[in-house]
Amino acid sequence: MIESTMINRNSHHHIAPLWLYLAIGGALLVLTAVTITVSYIDLGGWNIVVALVIASIKGSLVAMFFMHLYYDKKIYTIVIVMGLLFLSIFISLTMFDTGRRGDIYEIKSEPIKPEADFYKELPPADSLDQTGHSEH
Amino acid sequence: MSSMPEKNYLTEKRGLKSWLLTLDHKRIGVMYLIGISISFALGGIFALLIRLELLNPGRDIVGAQTYNQLFTLHGAVMIFLFIIPGIPAALGNFVLPLMLGAKDVAFPRLNLASWYIYVFGALLAVVSIFTGSVDTGWTFYTPYSTQTSGAVVTMTLAAFILGFSSIFTGLNFIVTIHKLRAPGMTWFKMPLFVWSLYATAIIQVLATPVLGITLVLLILERVLGMGIFDPAMGGDPVLFQHFFWFYSHPAVYIMILPAMGIISELISTFSHKRIFGYRAIAFSSFGIAFISFLVWGHHMFTSGQSELASMIFSFLTFFVAIPSGIKVFNWLATLYKGSISLDTPMLYALSFLFLFAIGGLTGMFLATTATDIHLHDTYFVVAHFHYVMFGGTVIAFLGGLHFWWPKIWGRMYNENWAKISALLVFVGFNVTFISQFIMGIKGMPRRYYTYLDQYHRMHGFSTIGSWIMGLGFFIMVVYLVHSIYKGRPAGSNPWGSLTMEWETTSPPPTENFAGDMKLTHGPYDYDKIVPRTD
Amino acid sequence: MSHSKDRPSYLAHHFSDPAQQSDSAKLGMWIFILTEILLFGGLFVAYSIFRAWNPDMFYNAHKFLDVKMGGINTVVLITSSVTMALSIRSMQLGRKKQTIGFLVATLLFAAVFLVIKYLEYSHKFHLGQLPGKFYTFTGVKGNNPHIFFSIYFVMTGLHGVHVIAGMTVIVMMLVRTMRNRFSSEYYTPLEMTGLYWHLVDLIWIYLFPLLYLIG
Ligand SMILES: [Cu+2]
Repeated sequence: MIESTMINRNSHHHIAPLWLYLAIGGALLVLTAVTITVSYIDLGGWNIVVALVIASIKGSLVAMFFMHLYYDKKIYTIVIVMGLLFLSIFISLTMFDTGRRGDIYEIKSEPIKPEADFYKELPPADSLDQTGHSEH
Repeated sequence: MSSMPEKNYLTEKRGLKSWLLTLDHKRIGVMYLIGISISFALGGIFALLIRLELLNPGRDIVGAQTYNQLFTLHGAVMIFLFIIPGIPAALGNFVLPLMLGAKDVAFPRLNLASWYIYVFGALLAVVSIFTGSVDTGWTFYTPYSTQTSGAVVTMTLAAFILGFSSIFTGLNFIVTIHKLRAPGMTWFKMPLFVWSLYATAIIQVLATPVLGITLVLLILERVLGMGIFDPAMGGDPVLFQHFFWFYSHPAVYIMILPAMGIISELISTFSHKRIFGYRAIAFSSFGIAFISFLVWGHHMFTSGQSELASMIFSFLTFFVAIPSGIKVFNWLATLYKGSISLDTPMLYALSFLFLFAIGGLTGMFLATTATDIHLHDTYFVVAHFHYVMFGGTVIAFLGGLHFWWPKIWGRMYNENWAKISALLVFVGFNVTFISQFIMGIKGMPRRYYTYLDQYHRMHGFSTIGSWIMGLGFFIMVVYLVHSIYKGRPAGSNPWGSLTMEWETTSPPPTENFAGDMKLTHGPYDYDKIVPRTD
Repeated sequence: MSHSKDRPSYLAHHFSDPAQQSDSAKLGMWIFILTEILLFGGLFVAYSIFRAWNPDMFYNAHKFLDVKMGGINTVVLITSSVTMALSIRSMQLGRKKQTIGFLVATLLFAAVFLVIKYLEYSHKFHLGQLPGKFYTFTGVKGNNPHIFFSIYFVMTGLHGVHVIAGMTVIVMMLVRTMRNRFSSEYYTPLEMTGLYWHLVDLIWIYLFPLLYLIG
């Protein structure tokens, strides 16, 4: 059987070859291993950046090949890019507030309540529970 | 005089079941029209009760707690049950496929589902009234909404469910506009109402999901004490306002954009003149839609939001004036040297221009941080909001309703009574809300149960205005219902309009048109052809 | 209605040809995916803000998530995405039996995902790492760790709801495939199900590093 890119004559749907799906799946697994490994290296503020870049590469692979954006009409990509654009507006303008309170007038801005009341009723944390599984 | 077509979408199938299971966009539009009319009546009764209570300081008819519930219900019912679905889901549903020369919307089943979701959400809202009601105001601000007793969860759930109805309508319209235009109906041959519905639908699908997650988080906050909006738990109540207004500011454009689309149709049709600046009007809808996502923080100038953020939001808000101004300019330019006929829909279009201008310009006062500190949470805000939402959206909705009424039912209403009613609504509205502008500037806070003596006279004016408006609406209900049974047959194109919905019979057949449609002329080619009137 | 001779049975009356119908479905589905992104988006906003405010607490609290289980679940979900894609490919080639096989495999992986999630949840319940006011755990240093777990449970919970919804739709597709509703010419609903399932995978691809791998 010839496993190459072909067009179904009746419906003009694009059929991707088997190896492509397997290769993308493999790449996603490798990238998962990479992102886990990198998370154990201390890169300071860059850890989150690296994690998000790798996640975005994985996400793009899924969207482009599993979800066929690479072959399909551009409009679908535009729809999704619009969503990401407006989501980034939401995040950035909201964080512009939460990160910059008290910038103009010198009102000290701090967490509204560093410790919620109910923590006082909990038993003291003398025997720090060591059930955490990952050691960083 | 023309007669009614033998076979049309109203008569082809009969019986309640044929309506409840229909996939026809016209019938679903009519079912929506009934739903939003009932909601409008309900919200209107709440409004009349609020005004009656405020006639004198202190108790007139209800206690303070009931008063709080009344203004919450008035807001929630009017916003979520009437004005958001109003133009798109009722009028838009009926007219959009007809304007495009299509046989239906892209997903008829989803369309019907959205109506049932709407009804379910509405019933849930009614349930909340009888299970303790809500006194938070329609904005559900935390931490009050997580602490007050009452049916906050039920009402929130209702709004959450109604959001889905709105999303499905928007999704359906976008796909319909992209995929179901008749041959020859290129993008720039589409009527401007379609353009405005398109911009509206984009906001509906982009913003409504955020309302959904906001309300889910609010419910979880109440049930689980999540802590993210509750200052006592280390959360941030201002964050709730960000979440809420990220949806609800764009949502006011879900309400006003389709209204502007109707005005474009009305002004061109009744000036018998090509619309001035077609592309500018079409694109300004998208300008408004885009900017609407950048300005939500103007609701939060006094909330404890970062002052720097307030400045940015204030600055960005002024930009809304540009596309809005473009539209008003183009409408006026269309009127200029047109041969204007003052039928009832046109009367509404002209009142829209007057009222929306006031509503829009007072918005600039509120967008200015310095004046907003003084005006925030006063009657000035209430009056501004009503000038835009009632003076803008509801007036345009009524214009559209009177414009397409003969297409929907095939019969004409009594023109004289319609004009009297339009006049009463216009006068009553201004009496009600100009007095609220004045009270607001003098410092009357919104949502207060009682007030100082110095506001007594103005509150009196405002209440009398609400009675004039109420009378106008009462007359409207009578002549409109009367016309369904006794009105004279309207003919297919009573106004002499050039958009495609007037090329089919009134009421249209189930399949919308006799055959497959093809575009033969543009929607505003009044300079090229004289439209057939019959 | 007028030209019903050359119209295939799956073509609805208001479309003029199959391409118009399937394009409409696809555009509708992508817009639906857009709404899902913004729905989850709100949670990402909450996450970002509280992490920016309490970086140390987030770091300390995330140590109580099990990277091994989260990692296995990532692998499971990616594999299920591959089988989902292959089930559609099989239908494009007209191989019904293969399609059924791949759909069943997808369902199995989805079930494994949920089982692992259940194990993780019950372990946290046991330790008192519950959302909001039910939180009773004392082992996390930093301000208000209950907020981390609130966000963790809402994000993974909403994702879990989507997994269950996806499984329901896949079962429906399985039934329809067995009843010969699809062919190499018409398989639009199957394709839409695929898009939805990949979205579920896509969201997890972001949730995993943001919750389990805070460096
Ligand atoms: Cu606003």
